Amino acid sequence: MNFSEVFKQSNQLCKVSPDGKYLATCVQYRLVVRDINSLQIVHLYTCLDQVMHMEWSSDSLFILCAMYKRGLVQVWSLEQPDWHCKIDEGSIGLVSSRWSPDGRHILNTTEFNLRVTVWSLCTKAVSYIKYPKACQKGVDFSADGRYMALAERRECKDYISVFVCDDWHLLRHFESETQDLAGLEWSPNSCVLAVWDSCLEYKILLYSLDGRLLSLYSAYEWSLGIKSVAWSPSSQFLAVGSYDEKVRILNHITWKKITEFEHPATIINTKAVVFKEVEKRPTCLVSDEITQLPAQVPVIKPDPDRANPKIGISTLAFSADNRFLATKNDNMPQSLWVWDMQRLSLLAVLEQTAPVRCFVWDPRRPRLALCTGNTKVYLWSPAGCVSVNVPVEGSFQVQSLFWHCSGSSLVLLSKEHVCLCYLNSCFGGPNISHKHITFMSL
Amino acid sequence: MGDWWSPTMMPDPSLDTKELSSISGISMSPSRQNLPHSLHSTMALPKTSYSVISAFCTEENISQCIVYINQEVCSLGLTGVSLESESGGLSAVPVLNLLYEVLQLQRRAQRALHELETQQLKSGSDLEHLQHSTYRLKDQLEHTRRENSGLHEGERQLQLKIKTLQNCLKSEKEEVQKLQSIISSRATQYNHDTKRKERECTKLKERLNQLLMDKRDKKLSIEISNHVGRSDGKRGLWKTGKMEARHEGEMYRALLSDYETRQRSLMMENSELKKVLQHMKEDMITILSPKKPCVKTEPADDSLEQAVSEGEEEAGDRSREGLEQSCEQAREQLTNSIRLQWRKLKSHMERLDSQASLVACQEREGDEVMSRKEREEEMQRMRLELQQCKEFIHMQQQLLQQQLSSPCDEETAALLNDCYTLEEKERLKEEWRLFNEQKRNFERERKNFTEAAIRLGHERKTFEEDRAAWLKTQFLNMTPFVDRKRPALSEPHSALSVDSRFSNSCISDKYCPPNKPHINGKIIYSAFR
Repeated sequence: MNFSEVFKQSNQLCKVSPDGKYLATCVQYRLVVRDINSLQIVHLYTCLDQVMHMEWSSDSLFILCAMYKRGLVQVWSLEQPDWHCKIDEGSIGLVSSRWSPDGRHILNTTEFNLRVTVWSLCTKAVSYIKYPKACQKGVDFSADGRYMALAERRECKDYISVFVCDDWHLLRHFESETQDLAGLEWSPNSCVLAVWDSCLEYKILLYSLDGRLLSLYSAYEWSLGIKSVAWSPSSQFLAVGSYDEKVRILNHITWKKITEFEHPATIINTKAVVFKEVEKRPTCLVSDEITQLPAQVPVIKPDPDRANPKIGISTLAFSADNRFLATKNDNMPQSLWVWDMQRLSLLAVLEQTAPVRCFVWDPRRPRLALCTGNTKVYLWSPAGCVSVNVPVEGSFQVQSLFWHCSGSSLVLLSKEHVCLCYLNSCFGGPNISHKHITFMSL
Repeated sequence: MGDWWSPTMMPDPSLDTKELSSISGISMSPSRQNLPHSLHSTMALPKTSYSVISAFCTEENISQCIVYINQEVCSLGLTGVSLESESGGLSAVPVLNLLYEVLQLQRRAQRALHELETQQLKSGSDLEHLQHSTYRLKDQLEHTRRENSGLHEGERQLQLKIKTLQNCLKSEKEEVQKLQSIISSRATQYNHDTKRKERECTKLKERLNQLLMDKRDKKLSIEISNHVGRSDGKRGLWKTGKMEARHEGEMYRALLSDYETRQRSLMMENSELKKVLQHMKEDMITILSPKKPCVKTEPADDSLEQAVSEGEEEAGDRSREGLEQSCEQAREQLTNSIRLQWRKLKSHMERLDSQASLVACQEREGDEVMSRKEREEEMQRMRLELQQCKEFIHMQQQLLQQQLSSPCDEETAALLNDCYTLEEKERLKEEWRLFNEQKRNFERERKNFTEAAIRLGHERKTFEEDRAAWLKTQFLNMTPFVDRKRPALSEPHSALSVDSRFSNSCISDKYCPPNKPHINGKIIYSAFR
């Protein structure tokens, strides 16, 4: 593993281009584009205000920089650095801004979710979409980039509009059977739309592309419901994480639950491996060790008087090969659970010394990278677990991380800085320095 | 007590009071007829006592009686009667006093008796009363005990009920608590959402105010240095109905393709599973086939043969099945056959298991199956036999040695020699006999043959003569000389019939012999009669 230099960034705005060649970071009001291999600055752009949101277009030719305070969006071109584009939302304000899948339209959501404005970079045409819903995830593009699903709310009822991204033609508009739609997500094969209700009602609806309701699933009533939803990459499974600390897996043929994954405080499953990060004093070595089962998982009881309690499955992620599912239970924030989707059972539990902040799967291999806000990066694969200390002067507290699209490097973000970690194809290659590895094979 | 007088004279002291009363009764009552009645009533043996009373005091023994009476009275504590009388008789006054005292005594005694009787009666009744009360109390006790146990039982049941009710109450409480917690969490969530919406609302109001007041209205606009080409490089198209239809078509196409891929994958999976099932079935059939030597019992064979035959007939179906992949019947047939095979395999395994257990039982008993022990015994037996044979051979060798080496007399030697060759001699004799017999047979046969040959020669000669004669007659028959024919014809027939017995190429009536007599080098075909 090699670590690169540390660069500055602000607002955790650091994105790799979709083609994997460039790394764009925002430093206050400047946009810095670097080459990913040499990390040399290729382009430097200056925006009008502090950038709040930055996004690459899908063809890696343009970068969008949104400044919400000023209601401005600036678009920069990589091919032609002197090309400029500025979108002013005017007095109506700006809450969010995003690219369309073709990389030629920008969708701005105005303040108070009054409307979504669709700006075209090809023509100067503007389209409006009224009554978008302000919810956890109200807009989703299909994986092939052809359709967009938008949640709307009119007269206290939820509606879903399906647009063709080509020309923003409204394909379907139908009422959703949710009480209060919280989010929607396309399946990776773009044929099914999963729509789920707010946490007050456990309800997940599955709509076909043409607007027909395929299925409705509700596990229980009255208690707080769905917290997170994730599709498996093959569209075979739909994982639903809820406040009752369970993940329910639905299958794509019957849309019925095939299994549920529990997150008990005591793990007695003999086939699972528990990796525990242990602080060993006085040398202050922190290493992973495999603990004996039955193992206890540290639980933090949430405050019952607060809304959106810190309990339940808040994050779900499938591995790229569809074989593993990583889950995080909010009242066991230091543990990460990895499930084997072939056997539908618990495979490993990673217990850290601090709450897990971020975990992402390698887009190519079944490899999981996670960080807990300390100076280490943790990697898990079916072969074992590795923890690497970021060898930077001063401490580099890893707040979040993401993989490069090729899976060969990790981008680590701390509060103010960004660092790249180059991994060899084999797990824990020979050029390792400054780190404590405990390599465990099962 | 007083002296005993003679039984006729002396009264029984125990009968004193009663006697006296009777005496008084006697002296006072005018009628004597009452006496026997009263006597009957008061005494057991009235007559005897009367006689006794009358016997106590007579004219003669007055003084004795007086003395006796005095004695008795003294013993009772009363003043005696004095015999102070002039004439020797009793003065009536002391006697009457005495009598009166005695009567008093008697009355007192009677009163005491009466009192005692009443007391006895009283105590008897008391006793009875007490007994009754005891019984009653016992009954009561029994009754109360039963009541008590009944009450205990009732109490226990009530306790149980209490417990169950408490459990119910606990569960209800728990449920209530759960519901309450749910309600509270929902309430907090609602509150939170409401607050958020309210905040948004106020922000909206503020913004509206601001906008209303703000004169300078910033228009939304886009500044773009130059238009960018479309990502796919094509020109933009107008929105027309055809476009809409195209979009619809594309959407449905996408859906259809997805369904098709899914169906294809499912069908592939299905066919793979079917193949697996087929293989499983075939494997099962091979496992259950009767060629396996471990199969023992008869019914197993029958079922196996049946299974094999079924498998064979289904093998024919298999080819058909491959074609009708999604056919309902084929699927059902396959699954049914798999199930059948599986059941057979299971029953076969069970049978094998039972047999194995049976064999194990039998081994434990040590009956039919050759256990190690028996094998060892047989080995032992064989070793023993071997030993014996060896010994026998050794013995024989010894004897032979002895025979060869030891010098024995001629007679025994001759005898021994004779013994050794006895068998051979016997055999030879037998063979000679056979040989002789055969020789005799041969001789006989040869003789027969020669006789036959001679006879044959003779007969041939006669036949030839007959023939010649017959031919002659025939020849002559052609001429008008008819009479000579017949006697010549009769003979050759008889000669012919005798010949037929001996020769191979027999001369039948109709058959013409191969070595036909050549008459003058010419074969004359003539019909026989």
